[in-house]
Amino acid sequence: MLQAFDIIGPIMIGPSSSHTAGAVRIGKYARSILGGTPVKAHIRFSGSFAKTYKGHGTDKAVIAGILGMDTDDARIRVSMDVAKEEGLTFEFEEADIDGAHPNTAEITLEDTTGRTAQVQGASVGGGNIVINKINGTAVSINGKSDTLVIPHQDIPGMIAVVTKILAEKGVNVHGFSLCRDHKGGTAVMTIEIDGDINESVQDAILENPHIFSCTILKAI
Amino acid sequence: MFKYDSLADLVATATQANEPLSKIILREQAEATESTEEALYAQMERSLEVMRESVQEGLDPDKRSASGLTGGDAYKMMRAVQENRNICGKIFGDAMTKALAVSQTNACMGRIVAAPTAGSCGILPSALLTISESRNIPNEDVVMALFTASAVGMVIANNASIAGAAGGCQAECGAASAMAAAAIVEICGGTPKMCEHACAIALKNILGLVCDPVAGLVEIPCIKRNAAGVANAFVAAELALAGIESAIPADEVIIAMKKIGDAMSSTLKETAEGGLAVTPTGKKLCEKVFGCCQ
Repeated sequence: MLQAFDIIGPIMIGPSSSHTAGAVRIGKYARSILGGTPVKAHIRFSGSFAKTYKGHGTDKAVIAGILGMDTDDARIRVSMDVAKEEGLTFEFEEADIDGAHPNTAEITLEDTTGRTAQVQGASVGGGNIVINKINGTAVSINGKSDTLVIPHQDIPGMIAVVTKILAEKGVNVHGFSLCRDHKGGTAVMTIEIDGDINESVQDAILENPHIFSCTILKAI
Repeated sequence: MFKYDSLADLVATATQANEPLSKIILREQAEATESTEEALYAQMERSLEVMRESVQEGLDPDKRSASGLTGGDAYKMMRAVQENRNICGKIFGDAMTKALAVSQTNACMGRIVAAPTAGSCGILPSALLTISESRNIPNEDVVMALFTASAVGMVIANNASIAGAAGGCQAECGAASAMAAAAIVEICGGTPKMCEHACAIALKNILGLVCDPVAGLVEIPCIKRNAAGVANAFVAAELALAGIESAIPADEVIIAMKKIGDAMSSTLKETAEGGLAVTPTGKKLCEKVFGCCQ
């Protein structure tokens, strides 16, 4: 559902809402999924991103996002210098990701402990994005609202466990998706919610032994 | 909750409540986003402030875009107005100056507000800031008019598109012109119905315009199309305020815009594979920037 600030906004550094602002947001989302401070980034650009990223500053924008900058941060122009100062190394690759939206970036990040996260996102116009894949699992997250990402064992009753907690805490769900690698293996719930979410929800969900982790991705 | 799938429905709701469009939109948006009217107003006020700053930044005579292709035009237009050399009067001159300025700020990787996109970001601020300065309109009314503009943009985005890649320039500069036209009408005391006519007229005037940026950059012809876009917004608002009606209702014009966008060749939708982008000079400029033509 579109909102007023999807149209009047984002406040952003130019020149392109899709190729600059959207790219910042995909980078920022990747950082939030990693959870730690990234020290290494490998970025694959596909489609129009691959063809025009230099002219639109898409490369600077993605790095800025990975560094945690917002779309209106004046340092986007010099993000590659900031990356050097903050000890982030990066490389770009022009790729052809099969079946991906024309404005797609796939970002692989590594933090100081060697932990990695891989995020594939598309910039779909006006600075809006859709995260399509997290660590190889298909998702669909637009980043406009707080989102819970919950990997868990693929056994009966897990959705009920989580949604019961959300219901008790008065949290309204407006988007839900579930993917699994194979029957009985690891499944991932992504739940988009209205309003804010607090850590007590996270703690309650983590009490279940079949839930591997519970990440709150704040709206960006 | 509004579905933002019909401008006529929004206008009917506002007319029935005897309120401007902006008021009913702000109220609904606060409810829809589980926020407060005060918080959303403050956020929009901040957007207007950034719009003002982006005008100032773009008036610099010496600043050039990263590609080196553009810069300095807003200053030239401003000087022409200051020296009474422009032929269409102060309001038109000021509006074009501001539209060029914001659009240049964008090309120079400066801070702007996408409205609805970065490529068309000069049209709405130049329209509102020009009319409000000329008529001494309180800041509050200008902030509220941005909510009216947002509603027009939401209906266009929901029923057609606001992306050049999907609908050509008519979707970006067209949407921005229609949003600006409706906002000018409200700020100048027109009725919600007049806002709807202004939106329809602005969009009709730009139907079919392709997105053919040289080297794929948001510079040529985008910056000058922002100047043309704000002129279009003033034409549409002026006609609507005079009581002139659009024979085709805005909602139908929006659908027509979508169908035209669908029928448009992909070479003319932000791919830099057609139109101005493939003119001999367009190709030469592309080679200058990237070393080879993409």
